[in-house]
Amino acid sequence: MKTIYFNKFYKSFNILSGILIIASLVFLVFKGLNFGVDFKGGTLIELRTDKSSANITKIRDSFNQMNLGDVSVKNFGNETDFVVKFEKQNSNDPQFIEEIKTKLSNSIGTVDFRRVENVGPKVSAELLRSGVIAIALSLAAMLLYIWIRFEWQFSLGAILALFHDVIITLGVFSVFSLEINLSIVAAVLTIVGYSMNDTVVIFDRVRENLRKYADVKIFELTNISINETLSRTIITSVTTLLALLSIFIFGGEILKGFSLAMILGVVFGTYSSIYIANPVLVSLKVSQRTIVKEEKE
Amino acid sequence: MLYFSKLRVFSVLIFTLVISYFTISNFTKVDDEFFSKNIKLGLDLQGGSYLLLEIDNGPVITQRLQSKVLEFKKFFKDKDIKVRNFVIEDKSIIFDVENSKIEDVKSLLDDDKSEINPYFQQYKSHQFNFENMDTSFKLEFSDYGLVLLKNSSLDQAIEIVRRRVDEVGTNEPNILKRGNDRILVELPGLDDPGRIKSLLGKTANLTFQFISSSSEESFGTEKLSFEDGSSEAIVSKRIVLSGDNLMDAKPTMNNQTNETVVSFSLDRVGAKKFGKATSNGVGKRLAIVLDGKIISAPEVREPIIGGNGQISGNFTFQSATDLALLLRSGALPAPLNIIEERTVGPDLGKDSINAGIMSLIIGFILVVAFMFYKYRFFGLIANLALISNLFLLVGILTLFEATLTLPGIAGIILTVGMAVDANVLIFERIKEELKNENNSIVAFDSGYTKSRTTILDANITTLIAAVILFFMGSGPIKGFSITLGVGILTTLFSVYFIARLITAYYVIKNKHKEKLI
Repeated sequence: MKTIYFNKFYKSFNILSGILIIASLVFLVFKGLNFGVDFKGGTLIELRTDKSSANITKIRDSFNQMNLGDVSVKNFGNETDFVVKFEKQNSNDPQFIEEIKTKLSNSIGTVDFRRVENVGPKVSAELLRSGVIAIALSLAAMLLYIWIRFEWQFSLGAILALFHDVIITLGVFSVFSLEINLSIVAAVLTIVGYSMNDTVVIFDRVRENLRKYADVKIFELTNISINETLSRTIITSVTTLLALLSIFIFGGEILKGFSLAMILGVVFGTYSSIYIANPVLVSLKVSQRTIVKEEKE
Repeated sequence: MLYFSKLRVFSVLIFTLVISYFTISNFTKVDDEFFSKNIKLGLDLQGGSYLLLEIDNGPVITQRLQSKVLEFKKFFKDKDIKVRNFVIEDKSIIFDVENSKIEDVKSLLDDDKSEINPYFQQYKSHQFNFENMDTSFKLEFSDYGLVLLKNSSLDQAIEIVRRRVDEVGTNEPNILKRGNDRILVELPGLDDPGRIKSLLGKTANLTFQFISSSSEESFGTEKLSFEDGSSEAIVSKRIVLSGDNLMDAKPTMNNQTNETVVSFSLDRVGAKKFGKATSNGVGKRLAIVLDGKIISAPEVREPIIGGNGQISGNFTFQSATDLALLLRSGALPAPLNIIEERTVGPDLGKDSINAGIMSLIIGFILVVAFMFYKYRFFGLIANLALISNLFLLVGILTLFEATLTLPGIAGIILTVGMAVDANVLIFERIKEELKNENNSIVAFDSGYTKSRTTILDANITTLIAAVILFFMGSGPIKGFSITLGVGILTTLFSVYFIARLITAYYVIKNKHKEKLI
């Protein structure tokens, strides 16, 4: 197979990644994330109307008259399905949902509530906290694992790649105001696993090649390793993406955000294994001595 | 790496077949509990309601402190120590002690064998912590004391919740403790939790109290409003009878008034109390009070001695049934608040299953086709491993009765996409080895050996993520972490035992063939 000179573009892609990360952070700080009811509290109703009667404006108007705080209405999948979210949650009043249903039927005709989620402020705060802890914990666990398995230069490269993927994926969610809910946390954790997995495969090869070729500079050595593992990298990301695309397209509305986050994560994860993790090794001047010294100790 | 003993081949085969059987058992009907196992569907797939209830322990704490005050008064009186000015304030008891006895009281409270402030050796903690300033003492529950109290009220509450849910008769409800003040209620198949919510939302504290003759509130009376909000009445604080003495309650029709009523029967102690009170109170109005609201206040026309009675109060048949149910199941120790509710209708659940299966089939076909296109014969081996992987994964989930959720299905599809990675790593490595090695058996062998650490590394990272998710996640997300985690284990098994076994046979048979892979 022809050798591709990935290492020629280390600098330019590092600059690109830098820009993407800064842009993501700016959006995360100033625009923030669009938290769903899981993390913000409130009520979510997925409803189905009979064909003729309803559109978004009509539904929003009828909800606005009910005094439920901030109301958002979105089409969900096909044109008869909608998701309505509002701030008020009153799960202690057993008639709360029933009353909304009655009022709604009066103004827009028959509706079927397919899904109701009602999360109190205390629970949503806890869910958010445990979500953040879960992500932090997984990052820490990865750091620990890679620190045990590799030399610190490699760990640093892998962790930077990991942060890169998570930050940019969240950045995309912020830019497009995509909803962050519990399943996105699951997606982020899986991204963390996948990104690490991808980096580890290349790093294993780099370390093996460091032993093999004493006098090849790390700049070339990373490129050799990337090329040697390239066809695996491509095949695995293709099969993973095929599976994820299948969920995204056929898996229904509920899994859309989840599979989108994963797709982004796989794309960024593959990219960062090549263009973040390896340049770190280059700039830390990793050489045969790095691993030989460690092994002697 | 290519050698397999006969015994090992045999055990791999048996293991795979046995586990795969449980995948198939999802689609067949056998008349045996163990052999007809089905995978459990989560609420998001079969439809149903998830309620998280939190006990409001405030009233319980106050109540417990009140009874503790009585205990204290008696205790110190017996010890001939003068205490006074008992106040309950801010979840603590405050009282004054005569000057000369301050030290005595201190030692009585602080003693390891204290009768009044029990000491729990294993937790190194008294039931109460206390502060002393001059003659004043302030006692409040210690952390452990509070935990004890919360646990006992949670245990009581969970029992009552279970009775109420069972009485409504939903299929296979799941009622679990969460922490020390929460109860999780899962109600599969229930798409309108309104009735259960209103039943669980009521404490159902039933009391009978006489209506006071005076029209002003005074010491020993309280003002309560009627259930329908129409009016108020002054009621004596003295409780004639409480719901504790109730043995049974059911909705009936009163033949004379043609009204739906709840008729109840009392236990022996209750019947005695009730008979005595009603004999003394003929002509008075007896208020029937539920959770601080008067349901009705009929006049006592004659003594009720048989221990049977009726509660009237503009009931519909449904509301009478519900009240009877609440009375039968007993009062909650404290009010319950519903702090989280998730309900999925059955047809959304069905749609989700269909969408999930659809995307699993399509994802599977795409991956299989791609692998065949890339590796031809070895693609078939990888695909065979993938199929057995799926059977093993679903089989294990069925065998251990794990709950399959929608994200769980996503986890299975993702496993399909990522599972081929291990075989790809191996095949690519073998290709490299074949470049410098003429003996294909040696090349295959070292291909397996050299890729092993990488494969383990790569899978352990995903496994770490899955384990963390399992412990931190709830409900549907837990389902995802289970399929993802089990998927990694079955992947490794299918790659290292099934695919390697087939590869080994093939390579040993065709060792002289050119371009094996």
